[in-house]
Amino acid sequence: MVKEIERSGIPVVHLCTVVPISLTVGANRIVPAIAIPHPFGDPALCAEDQLKLRKDIVKTALEALTTEVTDQTVFDVK
Amino acid sequence: MNKIKVVHYINQFFAGIGGEEKADIKPEFRNEVVGPGLALMQQFGEEAEIVGTVICGDSYLNENVEEATKVILEMVKAAKPDLFVAGPAFNAGRYGVACGTIGKAVKEQLGIPVVTAMYVENPGVDMYRKDLNIVSTTNSAAGMRKAIKPLAALALKLGRNEVIGSPAEEGYHVRGIRQNYFAEKIGAERAVDMLVNKLKGEAFETEYPMPTFDHVEPGKAIKDLSKAKIALVTSGGMVPSGNPDRIEASSAQKYGKYELDNMGETAHGGFDPTYANDNPNVVVPTDALRQFEAEGVIGSIHPYYYSTTGNGTSVKNSKAFAAEFTKELVAAGVDGVILTST
Repeated sequence: MVKEIERSGIPVVHLCTVVPISLTVGANRIVPAIAIPHPFGDPALCAEDQLKLRKDIVKTALEALTTEVTDQTVFDVK
Repeated sequence: MNKIKVVHYINQFFAGIGGEEKADIKPEFRNEVVGPGLALMQQFGEEAEIVGTVICGDSYLNENVEEATKVILEMVKAAKPDLFVAGPAFNAGRYGVACGTIGKAVKEQLGIPVVTAMYVENPGVDMYRKDLNIVSTTNSAAGMRKAIKPLAALALKLGRNEVIGSPAEEGYHVRGIRQNYFAEKIGAERAVDMLVNKLKGEAFETEYPMPTFDHVEPGKAIKDLSKAKIALVTSGGMVPSGNPDRIEASSAQKYGKYELDNMGETAHGGFDPTYANDNPNVVVPTDALRQFEAEGVIGSIHPYYYSTTGNGTSVKNSKAFAAEFTKELVAAGVDGVILTST
């Protein structure tokens, strides 16, 4: 789906837990997520901290969308 | 034991009639061995014999499929063979399609085992690999000798009604059929053997080759994020409560388009849904994106999300889903997409 969307010219960032799959499939902008059943949350944290965590990941994703890439790039969450 | 009776199908070129200028000849039947049939006969030895050869022009067959198939089926039927062999067609597209078309018709309508042979990129392979055993060949007739041996061997097995081995063993194109069998070693041993070979830098063969994926040019970066419209897409199976469209838990046949507010649970059967059902934002981070919208970091959010379940879903289906909803994304002026996967 990532590639089919990107074929249209719209940049796509793939937020996913299993980065090697994303690399194999051919996503160009990749941001690693936390865990398969909760990519953007951590049940060990309180709701507030989880939202903060989620915002950090989404912020990285938005930065990835504003970054020009020529090849597959993994953007780690700061 | 009686010899296995074979009818062989070839085109005008391999019959020695002519090239493109003779590609429009109508089907004919000869009570003799013609062209590559001679090499097949050598390999068959005493076990089988070609009792007749059907010859047809490639263009004629492809342009008059129904008529040609009807006539050829009558010819084959009259010869009462035990087996039908077509080609080899190598990388000749129309010839390959002809071998597949006639082969499939003979197999299905006359109930006779069929085998053909062609090069992997011959369009006939993708068209008929599910229907027929298609022996793998090189891309030109220079590989005739190499092609005839496995073709004859597989033909004899089919003629004798023997069990056919795997594509790798028999040399035919993968047909997409899974067959249970008793392996000598258990899976764990085979996996460790493979790993050891890999570590030693030696050759090893995967038992489950992954499909090849093509690559797409990265989309241009968004220049002004504060004016950008962002859309959310997921393979995590998030859907409204009750999964109204009945998106399959795996091997999805469809995707859903829903309003962003309307996200209640996951349809995905490939992970523990506890967290996603408790708070859908952990799979599609809508709340975080909304805050960025409120803060003016991004311009706006596309009001719908698109969702399917990514587990076991074929590349073909995924492509079709995305090709469809991407038209909407483009029409809505979406500047960037966040696609989440579990």
